[in-house]
Amino acid sequence: MALRDIILYPDNRLKTACEAVDSFNAELRDFVNDLLDTCASGPGAVGIAAPQVGVLQRICIVDATRARKPVPNHGKLILVNPEITAWDGFAVGREGCLSVPDYTGNVVRAEKIRLSAYDLDGNALSFEMEGYEARIAQHEIDHLDGILFLDRLISRGADLFQRKPAKSKAAE
Amino acid sequence: MKTPHWKLLTLVGPDRPGIVAAVSRVLLGAGAELGEASMMRLGGLFTIMLMVGIDGDGVHLKGLLESVRNEFKLRVHVDELNAGLHRRIDPDARVTVYGADRVGIVAEVTDALAQAGLSITDLRSDVAGSEDKPIYIMNIEGVAQQGLPPLEQALARLSSDIRVTIAPIELMRG
Repeated sequence: MALRDIILYPDNRLKTACEAVDSFNAELRDFVNDLLDTCASGPGAVGIAAPQVGVLQRICIVDATRARKPVPNHGKLILVNPEITAWDGFAVGREGCLSVPDYTGNVVRAEKIRLSAYDLDGNALSFEMEGYEARIAQHEIDHLDGILFLDRLISRGADLFQRKPAKSKAAE
Repeated sequence: MKTPHWKLLTLVGPDRPGIVAAVSRVLLGAGAELGEASMMRLGGLFTIMLMVGIDGDGVHLKGLLESVRNEFKLRVHVDELNAGLHRRIDPDARVTVYGADRVGIVAEVTDALAQAGLSITDLRSDVAGSEDKPIYIMNIEGVAQQGLPPLEQALARLSSDIRVTIAPIELMRG
């Protein structure tokens, strides 16, 4: 197990767009193993992107199986050169980031997305994601474009966008 | 870097442009460090609650602000803090409340929430609507110390004119 150091904002590498992976080789596989280990060791982390360990390549992990409560998911995903190809709906959710310790904030994300990517062997993948898993993917793919959740914060008072409340009590 | 001695500075005065700039300029000049803050306009007053890291006691801090206090007609209060920065608690529940404004909404809702284990970390409220038909709106975030079900049960027993929604805050950290 090899853990990589998480780089923290304001490290400028976190604000840099990453290069596409063009070689699906052993080096990529070794790096992804490190990234998986690093994600698994991050406190409460459900995803991680390569630039968070200082590697400016379009690689990320999305792992909604680690959500505190079970959510629809496609398992632990390794995504190489991921691209979101369709967006639908929006939702506000609370996000934090391994690279921005001690802060969480509300961010609007698409409720459903369609995503294409490659696996470690260069095979094409495609997923339709929703909810929490879609949020993780959007957060991680943002990292690959040099965008942090801090760039997308909305006011904590902006609750007009709430959706699907767990329980609503309203006298008619 | 030397760890500063943190204080909570509370300032209240008639709202007008430049209060925050003037206060922060004076504090910068005195070598103070600014921490977490909550500032907003309430009822025509501008209110500031600001963590200030600075050596010396509260009297010293108040003395630094004397000219700004006079210029902006501020009232100044200083509390010593035992803790410093990085003491935030992540809330896991959000409660929104609204209804025709009347006496007792806040007491009724927060009593129910407290008894069902909610520790409030953030509460914002507004009186909106027209002057003759005001509505009360409240957004609360907190830590559900006994989970969401007791809170849902408590809120279900509230008066029928209060509309309440409770939802979990599912933190996503990546």
